[in-house]
Amino acid sequence: MLMKNPATERHTLSVLVDNEPGVLARVIGLFSGRGYNIDSLTVSETEHEKQLSRITIVTTGTPMVIEQIKNQLERLVPVHRVIDVTVGGKSIERELAMVKVRGTGERRVEALRLSDAFRARVIDATTESFVFELTGKSDKIDQFVGLMLPLGLVEVSRTGIVAITRGPEAM
Amino acid sequence: MAEQMTGAQMVIQALVDQAVEHVFGYPGGAVLPIYDELFQQDKLRHILVRHEQGAVHAAEGYARSTGKVGCVLVTSGPGATNAVTGLTDALMDSTPLVCITGQVPTHLIGNDAFQECDTVGITRPCTKHNYLVKNVDDLARVLHEAFYVAANGRPGPVVVDIPKDVQFAKGFYSGPRNVQHKTYRPKLKGDLEKIKAAVALMAGAKRPVIYSGGGVVNSGSEASHLLRELVKLTGFPITSTLMGLGAFPAANPQWLGMLGMHGTYEANMAMHDCDVMVCIGARFDDRITGRVDAFSPGSKRVHVDIDASSINKNVKVDIGIVGDCGHVLEDMIRLWRASSVETDKPALAAWWQQIDKWRGRKSLAYRNSSEVIKPQYAIERLYALTRDRDVYITTEVGQHQMWAAQFFKFEEPHRWMTSGGLGTMGYGLPAAVGVQLAHPNALVIDIAGEASVLMTMQEMSTAVQYRLPIKIFIINNQYMGMVRQWQELLHGGRYSESYSEALPDFVKLAEAYHCVGIRCAKPDELDAAIRKMLAVDRPVIFDCVVDPTENCFPMIPAGRAHNEMLLGDAAQDLEAAITEEGKVMV
Repeated sequence: MLMKNPATERHTLSVLVDNEPGVLARVIGLFSGRGYNIDSLTVSETEHEKQLSRITIVTTGTPMVIEQIKNQLERLVPVHRVIDVTVGGKSIERELAMVKVRGTGERRVEALRLSDAFRARVIDATTESFVFELTGKSDKIDQFVGLMLPLGLVEVSRTGIVAITRGPEAM
Repeated sequence: MAEQMTGAQMVIQALVDQAVEHVFGYPGGAVLPIYDELFQQDKLRHILVRHEQGAVHAAEGYARSTGKVGCVLVTSGPGATNAVTGLTDALMDSTPLVCITGQVPTHLIGNDAFQECDTVGITRPCTKHNYLVKNVDDLARVLHEAFYVAANGRPGPVVVDIPKDVQFAKGFYSGPRNVQHKTYRPKLKGDLEKIKAAVALMAGAKRPVIYSGGGVVNSGSEASHLLRELVKLTGFPITSTLMGLGAFPAANPQWLGMLGMHGTYEANMAMHDCDVMVCIGARFDDRITGRVDAFSPGSKRVHVDIDASSINKNVKVDIGIVGDCGHVLEDMIRLWRASSVETDKPALAAWWQQIDKWRGRKSLAYRNSSEVIKPQYAIERLYALTRDRDVYITTEVGQHQMWAAQFFKFEEPHRWMTSGGLGTMGYGLPAAVGVQLAHPNALVIDIAGEASVLMTMQEMSTAVQYRLPIKIFIINNQYMGMVRQWQELLHGGRYSESYSEALPDFVKLAEAYHCVGIRCAKPDELDAAIRKMLAVDRPVIFDCVVDPTENCFPMIPAGRAHNEMLLGDAAQDLEAAITEEGKVMV
C-alpha cells in the first residue's frame, strides 16, 4: 500500500552507460516521461576504449520513487550499472564553477580576498573583472556565489555534481 | 563466414536467419531497396497491409498467437509515424516485435527532407529499444541484437531505422550466432531465498489467492503448465488479468474468472479479503487495483516479474522476485514439494466456502430478451457454437472486449489477443489478419465493436487479398458503448459525441470488400446466422445488432475499491445467495 506523503529524499545516482547516440536522450526522456525530478545532471565519456560514459544524476523523490528510478534506469538496454552513491553515505561529491565578477577599487580587492579564502583560482582577469574557478561541494559554491553577488557578480557557469564512492572498489 | 552484400540484402538475410516467415509492411521511397530484394527471393512472405498501424497490429497478433517475434517493414516519415500507435500498444502489452523503418539517406538526415522524420526520437519512448544504423557494417549485428532484445527479458518492440544509402551500401554480413549483446542479460532465475520465503508464506495462508497475468503467457506454454500444477498442488483459488486469460483453464473449478474493473465479484472480493496474494507476471495496473490505498488491505504479497521496475511500482509488496515466471514457478513447485507443506486445511475450506457465497451472487448474470439480442447472449452463443473448433479470438476495445473476456472461456494460452494496456480501438481486425496467417486452419474471430472496427476497417482488403477467412463479429450497439456507459453512470446521461451516427451498412461494406456480409438482429435467428458465418470459408463481416443501451457489469468505478463494485440488476442479492449456496455446502 502507498504511504501517505512520505518524506522526499535527495539521491545521487551514478549511471554507467554505453556511449552511443541517443543514450542521454533515453535517460532524460525517462525522467520527463515518468515525471521524475532532475536536480543536476552531468555526463561525459569516462572510458574511451570501452566507449563508456558516466552520467551523474541528482534527483529527489520518496524512497519508493527513488527505487523506481533505479529500476527504470537499469532496464534501459544501453545501461550497464546504476549505483545510488547516496546509500551508505560513502561517496564524495564535487562540483566545479566558473564565476565572473566585475568591479573596481575596494570591491575588486574584496572579491579577490574572498576567492583566496575559498581557494578559488583566478583563470581570467582584466582591469575591471575576474573569472574565478572554484571546486567543492555544492553548498560551498552556493556560498561563494552569494558572497560575490554584492561585489559585482556577472554570471556563473556550473558543471553540476559528479560523484564517486570512497574506497578501493569500482562501481 | 562473413560475406559481402548490400544493406538491403542483409535485411532479408537477417530475417531469414531469425526464422521470420511473414513480414507485415507497406512500401515507400525510403525502403525501395529492401522491397526490391523482397521481390527477388521466396523465403520471406510479405503481407501488404493498408495502413502501417495495421501492419504493427497484425505482427502483434502473429507474435501473441505464436510466441515468436513479429516483424514489420515500413517506410520513413509517415510510414514510421503511422506505426507509432502499434509500437506503443506492443510496448504496453509486452509483445515482441522488430519494426524496420526506412530513413532518408544519411546526408539528408536533419535537412527536413521529403518524408523525413526523427524516427528514433519519436519512437524512443514507445519502444523497448531502437537503433539508427548509419554504417552498413553495423547492420547485421544491430538486426540480430534487435531480435534478441525484442524477445528476451520483458518482451517489447524494437525499431531499426535504416537510411536508404545504407540499404544500398555493401558490407560484411554475419549470422545470429556471431552476435551477442554487450550488456543486456535479463535475469531468468529468481532469488532462491525469496522463493523459499514465498513458499513459506503461501504454506501458512488462510485466505490465499493467486493473481496471474500476461507474463505467464509471454513466458511460454511451459509456464502455463507450471501455473496449473502450482494451483493444483496448493488448492488455492486463481484469478487473472485480461492479458493473462487462457494461462489457466476457465473450466477448472479453482478459476474465479477475470479480476479488475469488469472482473467477477468473487475474483475481486477474494483479492480484497485475502491474507496472502501471489502475483505472477502481472503488474498491478490501475484497472486491476482500483483505489490503491484501499487495495487488498490485509494481505501479504508476493510478486514475480521479469521486470524489476514492475515490483513496488504501484503497490508495495512483501516479497518481490525478479525472474521469468516459468523459472520461478518451477522453483516454487520444487520447493513446495520438497518441504512437504501442510496447508491449513480447515482455513482453506472456510475460504472456499466464502468464495462460493460470492460466486452465488452470479455477478455476470444479465436479463435476456426475446425481442432484442443482448450482447452478452451474442458472445455466449458464439462461444457455444464454436466449441468444437480450434478458436483464436481477437478484440477491439470497449464494452464488447469486456463481454468477450467475461463470456468467452479460454482453456489454453495464446488464444486471446486483445489490446490491454494501451486500449487501442482498431486493434482486433489487423491482429486477426496476423493470427490467421500464423494459424491458417484455425477459426479466427475478431469480436468487435462497430466504432472500433471502423478505425482499421481497410484491413479487410488485406484479409481478402491473402484469402484469410477471418470473421469480424461486430457487436453493433450503435454507440461507443463504454463511453456511453461512463456518460450514463458518471456524466448525467449526457451522451456527448458517443452515438455512432451515419454508420455504414456493414453487409454492403462486406460486399464492397468482396467478402461475405451477414446481419442478425433477432435472438431467435442468432444461432442460424452464426452457423452460417462459420460455414463460410472466406472473410465475413457479421453485423450483430444488439441492445444499444446494455451496460457492462460488474464494474468497479474508477477510484473505488474492490469491495465497492457495481453489480447489474440481474445479479443475486447476497442474502439469497448465502442461503442458496448454504444448502449445497452443508
